[in-house]
Amino acid sequence: MDQNKRLEKYRIVRKETLAKECFRFVIRCPDIAKKAQAGQFAHVRADGFFLRRPISICEIDREAGTVTLVFEVRGEGTKALSELREGDTVDMLAPLGNGFSLLPEKKVILVGGGIGTPPMLECAKFYGKAAVVITGFRSASAVILQDDFKRTGAETLLCTDDGTAGEKGFVTEPLRRVLERGGIDMVCACGPNGMLKGVVSLAKEFKVPCEVSLEERMGCGVGACLVCACKSVKDGEEYYARVCKDGPVFKAEEVTL
Amino acid sequence: MADLSVSMAGISFKNPIIPASGTFGFGREYLDYYPVSVLGGMSLKGTTLHRRAGNPPPRIAEAPMGMINSVGLQNPGVDYFLSHELPKVADEDTVIIANIAGSAIEDYVESVRKLEGSAVDMIELNISCPNVKMGGAALGSNCTSAGEATKAVRKATSKPLMVKLSPNVTDISEIARAVEAEGADAVSLINTPIGMRIDIRTRRPVLHNNIGGMSGPAIFPLAVRMVWQVANAVKIPVSGIGGVTTFQDAIEMMMAGATTVQVGAAMFQNPMAPVEIIDGMNHWLDEQNISSVREIIGSVQPW
Repeated sequence: MDQNKRLEKYRIVRKETLAKECFRFVIRCPDIAKKAQAGQFAHVRADGFFLRRPISICEIDREAGTVTLVFEVRGEGTKALSELREGDTVDMLAPLGNGFSLLPEKKVILVGGGIGTPPMLECAKFYGKAAVVITGFRSASAVILQDDFKRTGAETLLCTDDGTAGEKGFVTEPLRRVLERGGIDMVCACGPNGMLKGVVSLAKEFKVPCEVSLEERMGCGVGACLVCACKSVKDGEEYYARVCKDGPVFKAEEVTL
Repeated sequence: MADLSVSMAGISFKNPIIPASGTFGFGREYLDYYPVSVLGGMSLKGTTLHRRAGNPPPRIAEAPMGMINSVGLQNPGVDYFLSHELPKVADEDTVIIANIAGSAIEDYVESVRKLEGSAVDMIELNISCPNVKMGGAALGSNCTSAGEATKAVRKATSKPLMVKLSPNVTDISEIARAVEAEGADAVSLINTPIGMRIDIRTRRPVLHNNIGGMSGPAIFPLAVRMVWQVANAVKIPVSGIGGVTTFQDAIEMMMAGATTVQVGAAMFQNPMAPVEIIDGMNHWLDEQNISSVREIIGSVQPW
């Protein structure tokens, strides 16, 4: 039945350790790279586990036909994934979900917290000098992707909770300073819920549109099973949206964090 | 090419494979992978009289060889289903099964009345959802209430009626006999057995609802056993559900007595599962020189 899609496995062409328990896979998948957008995700099967693990796409190289996934070991499933080696293949459904809006000629702030940082890199590549990238981590040992962000031409600001790298404190402090400078058309963010709340409330205060990428435990990844629910508002009525299909990137005003 | 067609409750299915309710949305989410016309039928998301928000997340957890979920019947309500969801799949060449859930018998009755005259081919009466506090599995867990619900709905609909049974009961065969006696045209089983996972680090259940329904290969032997027992207890056809992942599983389920086989959680791992099962069955039947899949229904030779 050639009307049916063939599921493929894709080869890991490069694997790097970015920080303790944090890995980068560059995966050769020309058909996926062709379609993928910043902020979309891959639903990755971990050998020996039933459910796939959603991992946001960090970089897309259409010419090389690769996408890059960066993930942290969170539990048994991601541990199994982290044991894959260069040359191994990975079973993934991608690209899934809706990505970030990419607005030509606009100035943006991209905010990433911890393992929420990776999807901001593909956005940063789009905006180059027109972006200010603010990333925050627990500690210097968890800091990732700083050289990659610098190479995009963006202004980069780093903070850590304990002050061991960059400025001490949360991303919301530099975010306020940059918003105060003015001229920002949009804020895009991915990271822990607490951070997103802070980012959304600042964007609102400065009346700048904001998009956030959310994370939730997922089932199907395509919108059929309704397990990855996030509280949302439509026409004044609360309901649960599907992170996998309606998101993972949402307009800030659409979701209740 | 073996003949894969089966007939259940007076309806013809081009093959026995049906995506199970709750895993296939309202039939459009997997269109990137295959057209629904390759499927025998599709059981759509459980729908209630009024819209339901569902349970707070997390709603899913990994389990050994499977998963547990506690979606809690999130759905837009039967009116929205009729006006917005059903029209988008109404012309598809596959059997459309509406899964109707509720918390009171009157609600089930009103919901199925609304479906009269619609493109829905068959009703699957869900008296077995483990994730809602009122009704749901409570109705389906004793013979009297299961029978009463079936009787009331039977009167309210002219469509073939299949009743979906809960495994969380002492004797599922008794419940099956009770709904058969009140006019069910078929039974489908099993809905999810109730399970629980606890995060030992936080001492919190992984599911916000604390408990949820188990699915995936972990429950397959339980489902085969119950299908076999029920198929031997009733005359109406059985739709087998629970952990079916491969074509061999589907054949096993049919040998246990299932006329159709529903595939659910397997799709989360492999979206192509229903299609691969159909193709695999077809090749297997050819290899075995079996001309019709109907020959294997209930063909187990018990010791």
